[in-house]
Parts: sequence; structure tokens; C-alpha cells
Amino acid sequence: MSALSDQLLVVAIFAYLLAMICHAVEAGFGTRRTAAATLPDRELAAVAAAGTGGGPTQPAPGSDLTGPAIYKTTGTGSERTGWAGVGLAGWFAASATVLGALFHLACLVTRGVAAERLPWGNMYEYMLAITFVGVAAWLVMVYRRPSLRPLGLFVALVMVALLGMAGLVFYTPITPLVPALESYWYAIHVSTIMASSGLLLLGSIPAAMFLLRSGYEQGRRRFPYPLAKRVPAAASLERLTFGLHAIGFPIFTFAVIAGAIWAEHAWSRPWAWDPKETWAFISWVIYAGYLHARATPSVRRTTVTWIAILGFLTMLMNLIGVNYFFESLHSYA
Amino acid sequence: MSRPNPALALLRNSWRQLTSMRTALILLFLLAVAAIPGSLLPQRDVNIENVDAYFAANPRLAPVLDRLGMFDVFASTWFAAIYLLLFTSLVGCIVPRLREHVRALRAAPPAAPRRLDRLPQHARWTTAGDTAAGDAPAPAVTRDAIAVELRRRRWRVTVTDDSVAAEKGHLKETGNLVFHLSLIGVLLGVAVGSWFGWNGNRLLVAGPDTAFCNTVQQYDEYRLGPRISDGDLPRFCLELTDFTATFLETGQPASYSAEVRVDADGGAGRSETFSVNSPLRLDGANVYLLGHGYVPVLRYTDRYGQAQTVSAPFLAVDGMLTSEGVASFPDANVDPTTGERDPQLQVAFEGLFLPSAPQQPPYVRSTHPELRDPAVMLWAYRGNLGLDAGIPGSVYQIDQRQVEAGRLLPVGDPQLLRVGETMTLDDGTTIEFLDISQYVTLSVRHDPGSGLLLASSAALLLGLMPALFGRRRRVWFRVTPAGPDAASTTPGSSLVEAGGLPRTDHPGFGDEFRELIRALGGDAGPREGRH
Repeated sequence: MSALSDQLLVVAIFAYLLAMICHAVEAGFGTRRTAAATLPDRELAAVAAAGTGGGPTQPAPGSDLTGPAIYKTTGTGSERTGWAGVGLAGWFAASATVLGALFHLACLVTRGVAAERLPWGNMYEYMLAITFVGVAAWLVMVYRRPSLRPLGLFVALVMVALLGMAGLVFYTPITPLVPALESYWYAIHVSTIMASSGLLLLGSIPAAMFLLRSGYEQGRRRFPYPLAKRVPAAASLERLTFGLHAIGFPIFTFAVIAGAIWAEHAWSRPWAWDPKETWAFISWVIYAGYLHARATPSVRRTTVTWIAILGFLTMLMNLIGVNYFFESLHSYA
Repeated sequence: MSRPNPALALLRNSWRQLTSMRTALILLFLLAVAAIPGSLLPQRDVNIENVDAYFAANPRLAPVLDRLGMFDVFASTWFAAIYLLLFTSLVGCIVPRLREHVRALRAAPPAAPRRLDRLPQHARWTTAGDTAAGDAPAPAVTRDAIAVELRRRRWRVTVTDDSVAAEKGHLKETGNLVFHLSLIGVLLGVAVGSWFGWNGNRLLVAGPDTAFCNTVQQYDEYRLGPRISDGDLPRFCLELTDFTATFLETGQPASYSAEVRVDADGGAGRSETFSVNSPLRLDGANVYLLGHGYVPVLRYTDRYGQAQTVSAPFLAVDGMLTSEGVASFPDANVDPTTGERDPQLQVAFEGLFLPSAPQQPPYVRSTHPELRDPAVMLWAYRGNLGLDAGIPGSVYQIDQRQVEAGRLLPVGDPQLLRVGETMTLDDGTTIEFLDISQYVTLSVRHDPGSGLLLASSAALLLGLMPALFGRRRRVWFRVTPAGPDAASTTPGSSLVEAGGLPRTDHPGFGDEFRELIRALGGDAGPREGRH
């Protein structure tokens, strides 16, 4: 069962890789011709009005993230919302991502069955689990807002990178839990930390794309900016970034509180400034700063989004850095 | 007074600066940055040994860092300065908002603006009067009917002469205020715990002779809050009656369980079991199991035939519980007839304890943490142990200064003993490995702030949800009798005009507004789609 789980990981990585390639094909070659062929009249009109291949145009007022009936005319104008006009490559990309997520889940489940416990006992399993939370949240999002589809390239890229890293660097054979982890708080604390980390890590993708896209919309064409040529409008990305962080932050807060309650049970004090706790504190403060900055009209949205990126870096530091550089009570892996 | 007092003006300006969001944001980031050295450098509060090691490794840098409080970051003045300023800024921001919010909660929703069609959301329609009898006429809508419908949807409504004003979403600001106020609660909880709490650590060897009672003298290390004195500690005594640890074949621990006899003040003794993750909760103190180890019991018989027994707790040096320790006999070789003691004839044994000794030498590492083939390797020393010098030394190691000075000399070769075996030294004295006992390391702690801390954390979380997801918005309806120019000429028909204003970022407001209009019989145009 353990070997099966390891093989499933490889299959999942290949599926994400395939998704990445399909997304890249879709983005690179475009689907304008096929798209135009399948476009309803209204859409054609919208595309024509926007000027095919013209410069970036603003979406209709109030249309950001509004779903199927609004025709986004950003980028080259080939991008539409709704699944109706998606080309073959797009369908392949989406199916490959779903397939990857299924293998990913199967990998986690078989690992859990083999270990006879929740598969969150070490760094390797933890990485598998948070990336799964990320990809599941992504699938829900893209199902509800198909206009986000071009971001899939970056999601798949992140998946391949993180899962590859998990398999190559963090791989750990199955071991049972140490007594310190034998508590129901283990399920509560670790699952919520993972859910929030997954959401906050996923939130960093639209955040980074927003920074690129807003530069692109301001007419910047030097290297990193053209990457954002086909992604949704900056305002949508910004709102999506906020949405993911707004969901992730309370879960993260709950997870930290649950961790404190558990720490009181196990280590006698709710908060001991263990490096993991210190970095969780830092992340929490940074994300609180992000939410406050976003609620302050005088702070520019690019500045706000940089704070979210900073928060992401502190999370990454906590997930990986702390386990390797510091001696921590949280070192079980 | 023609000119404002400059000092007062400065004060007022500083206060404004401090309570501005910009300052709060800067303080937040300072707080995050200030916490970083707390994770990069060893902290006294977390692990004092690492701090000592850092001092030894960086003898020039460490004192400078120490003066800056870098080894006590979270108790340092500058860290406190940042969070106290932040909390002052928070209070300065929250109190006016609290006052404002209470006023807003008690005030009626503001009256309708004159031009409702200038609002982000707008709709107008005509309703039929009482006499309407055509097919599917729009029902007559009165101000009262609108108010009823709005109240049913939990809007706060006021009806004026010609219009209805309604408001919703005050919960957002309520949540916001609860969140920030509970942060103050968290800080107070920490402060109360620090002022009125105490804690101590102690190694407890199994058996009635080694029981301990809860006084500061009996702790290996302790901390009393500034508002606590020794006399405030609750009276109870603990005796370790049993300790069980189970291990997997790999040596990884599977479970721990400690059984103690508790003698609380005035009560009868009772037996309690506790373990990692489920502490022993006593009245006024919690007892936590932190670690455990083995205690070789050794009996030394000296030149005069006098026997002394020592239970020496050994410290584990690896995961297989290979343990090191010392059994000291400072009162060995005291002449029983004269009562005179020869300081050159004190005896100590340095030991390496192996719970599962390997089949053949070298006997340096245990193969499993369980007592499968326990053995202790003993190195004998004779001479002056240096215990009388008054210099504090480790009870787990021989005083190397005495060895280097030649005052304490090794005797013979080390020998591996199993339980019941005896080793004879060159002067005919013997050391016998009698038995193996166990010890646990305990942390005893009382934190009176933890209840407040927990309640505040719960409130914080409850406030956070509406603060993030709540949305404040207003709608107005104006109902006027339809003029002769109105499309519907039915007598008694009326013109309804509606406007909606989201007060906070609310992409779904358009849909909500249209849904509301439709429920009232109006038409607000096609649905824009989901958000």
C-alpha cells in the first residue's frame, strides 16, 4: 500500500505536468479560430467591439468576476468566460488537473491506509496534503468562475514544483505517530493549519498574477509582465486574492488557537515562542496587516498585494525553513 | 485664548498620528520584524542551554546581543514598546469607533436622498391601485408593505412621510470591534498569567522516599510571577508510584503513562494517572509529564563495611535511552569509630546505562529503549569529589576540575554490570548494581490567565467572521401617487422608486437589490450573474 501511494504520487505529478503543457499550448497557440467558430453572436460582437488582438481593454463596468453571462474582452479578446467556447487544449488541461487531483487524493488515502493514521505525520505527508487543499480549492474556484482558467498554468506549475520537491527532498518512509501527537487536537490543529496554508498559498498565485497583470495593464511589456497577457483583469485577480485570504485567515487563526490549546495540554503552556509559533505569529501579523491595508483606501492595491506576497514568504519559511534551520518542538519529521 | 497651546497641539497631533491606520500598519510590521530574532537566536525562555552554548561559541558577540535583549526578545523593553504602542493605537482607534457604532446602532437609518436614481442601484416601477382587475396586475405596494417585507429580511427600517429607509450589516462593525477588543483581552490574559502565575520543573524518582511536595525549595528550577510568593503555592505532595513507557521495535516511543499518589492539603491520598497530552489537573496547579529516564540503584560497601545505597537518575543521550549519570558517595570511608572522614577517600562512579546492552562490546550504545538486557558500565573514581567547595556542579557528571587537578583519580578499568552483579575495587570495596528504578521529569504550572486567554481567543474568532464577511448596505424606497404622465393611468396607482447603496465592498449587492425589488413586485432588469 505504501509503494502504491508512492507510485500514485508520480502519476499525479505527470497528470499535473500534462495539465501544465495543455495550459501552455492553449495560452501559446491561442484558440481564437476555434473560439470564433463557436462563439455566439453576442460574443462575437463583444470581441469585435474590443478589437481583436488590440491592447488591453477594461471589462464592462461591474463585470469583474460576474460569471458566465459577462464577456470579458481582456487580453487579445480570445478569452471568454464560460466553458462553452473552450478549445480542446483547455478541456485537456482541465481534465488533466482533475485527474491529477484524483491521483493526488488517492496517493494521500493509500498513504493513510498504509500508515493506519491520518496521513499528516511528517513533512512529506504535510506537503502532499496542503498541495491537495490548494488544488481542490482551485478546482472549486475554476468550476465556479471559468474565467480564471488561464491561471491554471501557474497552479499546475506550482503543483509540479511542490510535489516534485515533496517526493525528492522530503520523502519519508511511513512511521507511526510519536506519543506527543496522539491527541484529537492533532486532527483539529493539523487539518486546519493545512487547510489555511493551502488557501493562503493558493492565494499567492492570483496575488503574484495581479502584480504582473496590473503592470501589464499599465502598458509595461518588459519580461515578467507579458506573462500576465492572458490572465483575468487585474481587478478580478485582486478581489480573488482578497477572497482567498479572507477565507484562509480565520481558519489560520482558529488553527493557531487550537494549537495553543493543544500546547497547553502537551507542553504545559499555550504559547512558548517555539520557532514554529514565532513564525506563525509573524505570518498572522503580516496577514492581519494585509487585511487592514486593504481596508484602507489610501494604500495602493499593489502595495497591499505585496504584503500578501510577504505573508506567503513567511508561511513558506514556516513550512520549510523552520523545520530545517531551527531546533523546534514542532520537529517531528 | 487666541492661540492654541503649542504643547497641547503637539500632543493632539501625536495622538492623531499614533491612532492613524498608517501608524498601526507600520507598528504591525515592526512587530513582525521584531519577532524574527526571537526565532533566529536561542531564547532563555525557550532553551537556556542553547543560550549558554551560544555564549560559549560567540564570546565577543553574545554579550553585545545580550545587552540588546536579543536572548529575551519577547520579554525585552523594545518588543514591549512596539506592542504597547500598537495596543495604544488600537485603543485610540477603537474607542471612537465604538462610540460611533453605538450611536449608529441606536439611530434610525438616514433619510432617503432626493435623487434615488443617482445611487449605484436603482429601480422604479408603477403599481396598480385597488381597482386594478386586469390579468396579473402588479400588487399595490404601500410603504408599510415594503417595511414589512424588509423587516422580514432583517433590515432595520424606518418609515417616514413619503419614503422607507432601511439599513443592514451593522454586524460587520460589531464583529470588527469585538475582534479588536478581544485582542486586548488576549494581552490581559497573558499579563495576568505572567503576574499571578508560577511554574516549576522537577525530576521525580519513583518511590515513597523520593516524593516531592509543592514548595519552591523542592523544584530544580522555578519561576514565580511578581505578584506571587512562596506561600501562595497550593499544598500537595506527589509520589511517583509507577511509570510505563511502550516502544515500537524501531525504538520509537508509542505511549507513556505515569501513575502518582497525590496527597493534597488535608485530604486523603489518592492515585492518579496522567500522560503526555493529558496532564494531571490539580486544584491550583497542573502537572505535565515532560520526560522520563532510568535510575540505576547502586550500593557501595566501603573499607569499614558500611554500605550506602544511591538511586542515581541518568540522563538519556539518544533515542534508545542510552543514559549517562553519576553515583556519588561523599560519605564513604568515614571511620565509624572516630566519625572522622578522609576527604581523599570519597568515591564516585561515572556510569553509562544501557537498557538493552548489545550482545558484544563495545558497550557504548543501547539497542532498544526497553529494559531487555539492562547493564551499566561503571568508571570508579576516588579522591576529593569537590562537593564541599561550594561551586555548583552538575549532578550528572564527575567534576572534571577535580580530575584535572589530580584530586580525584580513576580507579581500575571500567566494568559492565548487570542487575545483581558486583564490582570490586583495588582496595576491596565493592559496588553492587541492585535494581533499576525510573524517574519522570515534570512541569508544574499554574496560569490564572488561561481562562481569559481562551475566552478572548474565542471572542476574537467570533468577531473576525462578521468583520471579514459582513457587508453594510442601505436601501430606500419612495412611494408617490402616480402622476397623470405615468404610464399606468389606473386611478390609485403609485410610482415606486428604489435606490441601494453598498457601504462596503460588496460585489453581490446588485443581485440582492434586484431580488428584493422582484419580491416587492418591481422589475430591476436582468440578473447580472453570480459573484
